[in-house]
Amino acid sequence: MQVVVQGVSVWGPGLSGWLHAARILRGQEDWVSAPVQVPPAACLPANERRRCGPLTRLAIALAEEACAQAGVKAADIRGVFASSNGDGAVVDSILTALSTPGGEVSPTQFHNSVHNASAGYWTIGHASLAPVVALGCYDWSFAQGLLKAAAECVVENTPVLFVAYDMPIPGPIGKVRITQNTFGCAFVLAPQATQHGLCMLDITHAPEAMVQETALPPHLAELARGNPAAGGLELLQKIACGQKGTVYLACQPGTILVEVTPC
Amino acid sequence: MKPLAITAGTVLSAIGQGLAATENALLSRRSGLTPCDFAGITTGYVGCVPQAGAHVLEGAAPGFTCRNNQLADMACAQDGFAQTVQNACQFYGAHRIAVVLGTSTSGILSAEDAYEALDPVTGFPPKEFDQAHTQDLFSLPRFVAARLGLEGPLLSVSNACASSSRAFVDARHWLEAGLCDAVVVGGADSLCRMTLRGFAALGLVSAEPTCPCDGQRAGISVGEGAGFVLLEREGERPDAAVMGRWVGYGVSSDGHHMSSPDPLARGAVAAMRQALERAGLDTAQLDYINLHGTGTVVNDAMEDHAVHALFGRNVPCSSTKGWTGHTLGASGIIEAMFALVMMRAGFAPGCLNVRQIDPTFRSHVLTETLHRPVRRVMSNAFGFGGTNCSLIFESV
Repeated sequence: MQVVVQGVSVWGPGLSGWLHAARILRGQEDWVSAPVQVPPAACLPANERRRCGPLTRLAIALAEEACAQAGVKAADIRGVFASSNGDGAVVDSILTALSTPGGEVSPTQFHNSVHNASAGYWTIGHASLAPVVALGCYDWSFAQGLLKAAAECVVENTPVLFVAYDMPIPGPIGKVRITQNTFGCAFVLAPQATQHGLCMLDITHAPEAMVQETALPPHLAELARGNPAAGGLELLQKIACGQKGTVYLACQPGTILVEVTPC
Repeated sequence: MKPLAITAGTVLSAIGQGLAATENALLSRRSGLTPCDFAGITTGYVGCVPQAGAHVLEGAAPGFTCRNNQLADMACAQDGFAQTVQNACQFYGAHRIAVVLGTSTSGILSAEDAYEALDPVTGFPPKEFDQAHTQDLFSLPRFVAARLGLEGPLLSVSNACASSSRAFVDARHWLEAGLCDAVVVGGADSLCRMTLRGFAALGLVSAEPTCPCDGQRAGISVGEGAGFVLLEREGERPDAAVMGRWVGYGVSSDGHHMSSPDPLARGAVAAMRQALERAGLDTAQLDYINLHGTGTVVNDAMEDHAVHALFGRNVPCSSTKGWTGHTLGASGIIEAMFALVMMRAGFAPGCLNVRQIDPTFRSHVLTETLHRPVRRVMSNAFGFGGTNCSLIFESV
């Protein structure tokens, strides 16, 4: 499957948006760990902004930047939102409430607990009727999500916004499902080249597991291991450097091969 | 769209295990709803599959054991489903069959149980709690792939109550992109404290058995269940027996509110209209619409508005939630299978438990069984977050 990357975004520790992250990925600036502070979700009305949590703010910041860079209207673009953990803080809070006498659950938290909550807020923020799917694929959400987004882009023959985002889970579940950091990335994929194209991706799936030595410097490789969404870092590095080459992404089962060709 | 063939299918809900039991319950208008008595919760009624909790998983690692996978495993064993998948496997190769499943809460009941048994000193969940293989959303397709011996790519779709309906669309994308030759599509959702208490907190659980489209309707009855189909390109596998065809779909968002549908129903209308367009059908060519029809005041009013806007009173419609309760993320696949059952047997069921149809409704709501050939069915699913999916199935 061939798709053209028209817009990109990254937010993670010490990576504040694409322009900043791209300099670090190209080695033009040193990476310095820093807490992730995404811009407020300006698209949402005040009420909804109060109700949504940091995971949704992360997803919306990523989606906004990728769409702006691609020059596509947020209200028109189909979405594929992939998150392994979903909103762990909301789920932990509901599980805690359920295990206390009475077991009363907050109605707002309950509707925020659906896995497509961030996607829902994104469409509410832009009064969008365009469809968005919410995926959750454990350690492989970036790879399975990219495979899904590229297929949708090619088959529907229309641009697709792909957002991968995850945060550590607090509470008891977070003790067994460990996510080290907050990380997200987003891509606007288009079925054919336009003036905005950054690079072309040729994506194939191989049923067998294949490994490739990472080209990332140690601190970024560490980041990539610490969050399912950061599985995209190697691909992001190739895009930032305008470098031709193939990225191997472990998926379930097998491997996704992404051949990157700068436009 | 190029229609896709449904070459195997099965369904499990409170009204029965498998297609024959389901057909029987729909035709005899026998509801599966019982007073809720689950994990100490006794609010309203539920559509429970009582055998699920004691069911022992077949042919997969025991770590996958949770109520959601127990439902999925029971469904795999019904209606010769696993056998047909094996036949397809021999024809295409295991790595060419993908698994795309919808669930809203996966095995969260296992996490709820774990929170009841935390280590008081460390706060750790008990050692038996296998988060990755139970609570995590990816547990379901991983389990089903292991259970059926499939090695194609896996996907978990979690669009709230439209999850397993939307899974058809995502499966088609992979199939049409050439990433696989067949897909096991469907999903499961299981009773848990979170949904029972959560819907109650929103004031959406009916004290009486749910009565979609009734003027006095007062909310949902939560249900559970699972279902699967095997989806393939038409004519590709000569030995395949075709149960039905999937001919159209529409997907949209409301862009309106997290838990209330848009009263103007713009998203729902868009999904239904797209489904007709993709199928190349006009409204008169549909024989029946299986409503999302949850039994809440706002959903049913919105859906009536949407159906009437497109179809007027020309196409009979009803909700089957009075039989199963609202099986949430599983409702899409369960009701897709109901559509196949109705087309094979030639009937459309009227809503259960209705004393009087909401006098403000303008679409053609059935309250009794209509016995007549049914060639095409539209099946709707809508979910929190404002997510809509409308599918059209056709008989063979």
